[in-house]
Amino acid sequence: MVADFGYGVLVLTFLATFFSAGMAYVGVRRRSESLIESARRGLLLTFPLISIASAALIYLLVTDQYQVAFVYQVTSRNMPAYLKVTAWWGGQAGSLVFWTWLLSAFTTAVTLRRWDRDREFLPWVVVVASITLAFFLMLVIFFENPFARFYQTAEGVSSYTLPPAGAVLFTPPDGNGLNPLLRHPGMVIHPPMLYLGFVSFVIPYAFAMAALISGRTDDRWIRLTRRWTLWAWLFLSFGLVLGGRWAYDVLGWGGYWGWDPVEIAAFMPWLTGTAFLHSVMIQEKRGQLKQWNMILIILTYALVIFGTFLTRSGVLSSVHSFAQSAIGPLFFAFIGLTFITSFALLIWRWPQLHGETEMRSLLSREALFLLNNLLFMSILVVCFWGVIFPLISELVTGQKVTVGPPFYERATAPIFASLMLLMGVAPLSAWGHSTWKTLGRALWKPALGATIVAYPLIVTRTMNWIAWIGFYLVVLVLLVTLYEFWRAARARQKSHAENFIAALWTLVGRNRRRYGGYIIHLSMMLMAIGILGIELFQKETQGSVPVGQSLSLSGYDVKYEEVAQFNFKPGHDVMRAVVSVYRGGKFLGELHPRIDYYYSPTNPSETTQTMTIPGQRATLEDDLYVLLVDWQPVSTGGATFKIYVNPLVNWLWLGSLLFFVGVIIAAWPEREVEPVTESRSRVIRQVSAAD
Amino acid sequence: MQRMKFVVGGVLILAAVIFLIVTSTQSTAEYFLTVDEVSAKGAQVVNKNVRLSGAVIGQTIAYDPSTLTLTFDVAHVPGDQALIEDEGGLAEVLHAAVTDPGRAHVKVVYVGPKPDLLRNEAQAIMTGQMKSDGIFYADELLLKCPTRYEEAVPEQAASG
Repeated sequence: MVADFGYGVLVLTFLATFFSAGMAYVGVRRRSESLIESARRGLLLTFPLISIASAALIYLLVTDQYQVAFVYQVTSRNMPAYLKVTAWWGGQAGSLVFWTWLLSAFTTAVTLRRWDRDREFLPWVVVVASITLAFFLMLVIFFENPFARFYQTAEGVSSYTLPPAGAVLFTPPDGNGLNPLLRHPGMVIHPPMLYLGFVSFVIPYAFAMAALISGRTDDRWIRLTRRWTLWAWLFLSFGLVLGGRWAYDVLGWGGYWGWDPVEIAAFMPWLTGTAFLHSVMIQEKRGQLKQWNMILIILTYALVIFGTFLTRSGVLSSVHSFAQSAIGPLFFAFIGLTFITSFALLIWRWPQLHGETEMRSLLSREALFLLNNLLFMSILVVCFWGVIFPLISELVTGQKVTVGPPFYERATAPIFASLMLLMGVAPLSAWGHSTWKTLGRALWKPALGATIVAYPLIVTRTMNWIAWIGFYLVVLVLLVTLYEFWRAARARQKSHAENFIAALWTLVGRNRRRYGGYIIHLSMMLMAIGILGIELFQKETQGSVPVGQSLSLSGYDVKYEEVAQFNFKPGHDVMRAVVSVYRGGKFLGELHPRIDYYYSPTNPSETTQTMTIPGQRATLEDDLYVLLVDWQPVSTGGATFKIYVNPLVNWLWLGSLLFFVGVIIAAWPEREVEPVTESRSRVIRQVSAAD
Repeated sequence: MQRMKFVVGGVLILAAVIFLIVTSTQSTAEYFLTVDEVSAKGAQVVNKNVRLSGAVIGQTIAYDPSTLTLTFDVAHVPGDQALIEDEGGLAEVLHAAVTDPGRAHVKVVYVGPKPDLLRNEAQAIMTGQMKSDGIFYADELLLKCPTRYEEAVPEQAASG
């Protein structure tokens, strides 16, 4: 009953998106405000409708309605209520509904804004949003129906949207349950964060297309969506970091990023999005790179859909790709279609998108921004090549050849290093024109400072030249960025007779975008410290020890004290070891690495999943990461441990916290008055008056 | 003249990126092979970086916790996704591979913690080298169990 209702509501929503897209289109053709208004209202309907359908789905999940196939797949009776709710996005069909729900929420927020200005964008934003929504609803309705139920027919039990003739509803006594690996707080919020990031990039894309179709090719669409883009970027970054933290805490391999195709699929829109965030500033400040910005936002949108597709289709061999289904070709067709349409529109408007000024100096701020964009695109090309290489090699040579993490590390490391150098140089270069001389004069002090700080730090510890370059660049960027804060605050302190802290506060408050950006740069450097530390200096050891004996690694002694098994919950046992950590004979504390065993709800002697949870001791210096690998009963002896020492890795997590502070400062609403832009918009007005 | 500088700069960057991609691909590429292919190629693939996939045979799993040495046999499964679909999906293919005594087998040695997902009829995807003794020494072991959870995320055991 509830299932039929939920499905019916989804079908209704699907029709509403068609109505909206059609009305908006006809409204523009006939120049009819009332038709466009009804298109807008049609789109506004989608959010309450999908909310109702989602509520129906959640109701089925929490009330254990196992006759519904999706409920059976992702929940079981012994799961707590909050996990039954979040199981909404724990499986393919539900997560597609979740996607459409987020998208409808965002499009609703956009359509509810005051549309008295920029009205020419409205119908086309409605069209783009409706078509994207319609596509995902189509997948849900025709291919991945979360409301499909089990029916018993002569051939056996199978799930159907509409019951076949003579079939009897089949209700399993209990569900399969959500994979225990996914029952982790990080995993509960990681997918929604990634999806939020994915979905919110649809909005700037919709405005970009509206700008192309309506012919309003100034930077208005960028200004309107700037904050959307920042939030999209924040969510996507947050999703990536959470995924890394989850892998580090739960998967027990001592790392956070494995260059898995699905990780790369989420990373690729982040790369184009980051390039986009930088290059729109050039369009706003200098009126250049208009065509390039269009290309970037189209790419980002395509990569967002591609990312959803990769996680959902199983086209590539990956630790994530369990979802095998028929929706792959449809995704492919949709990406192809939007890609071709978008680029056709772009080519059509190409002449109107010429730059208003020309780039003259290779060292000017705008040229360095362009270089930054090229570097981000280079990383994108490396990633894309790595993902499709197996397919290409199979087509060309008939032999499937893959590339793994070493490929990505080798190919991207020099590009990341160049990006860091750029982060140190670009804030010091001037708009319009810079020379080696002016740049050199600004840069020599921080460069010297970095040498003084970095040299003793690195050389006394290691002769690894990659570390030398990496940490040198980190210190350089930190010094340049902090100096930018200091210099501006000092200037304000003198001119306004404020104290330094007050001056700094007002300064950041008045230029949120610039200083938010600098804070993001600082946070990136903290994260770089963590990444360099774990990538270059990770140490590991493993071995079996009897009770009372120790394993040693990097100055730590890890002493095995005891192991005990207890029944944590029905169907869930925990084997927990206690180890004492010593350093130089000094007791530092206990750690509790453990193995969690989950048993089948139907057959309690069958282990369905085990999870190896590390014991971690986190400090700014390093992370001691102890895994319980195996154990014997106490009488016969020992247990086996694997131990990692991950130097500096906690700077990665600290940096990610500072990163969020930076993005929130940059995205905080600000009055839009910048002298540069005013003079430029006046120029545009004169130009259009002359037309 | 100004334009020229930008063109030259762009070409240099492009060349550098292509150089990075080509050299990195050459030095890190792994051959994706099935058990049948490894057996057929024999000496050709000895000491080459290979990514091998196969079905884990449950009763051959042996683990020595004192040396963390894990050994097991894998049976041949098709490498092609379409072929797997034709034969009834991954779960069916793995089951058939393990129960069919006529399939080609390869012995695998892996040193490290025993992965949580290692069990009968799991799909093992291993990276490592085939040595002249006919044993596959895996540096990395990735496991997939298709049947149990719709969205299972397998454990990844990386070493080295």
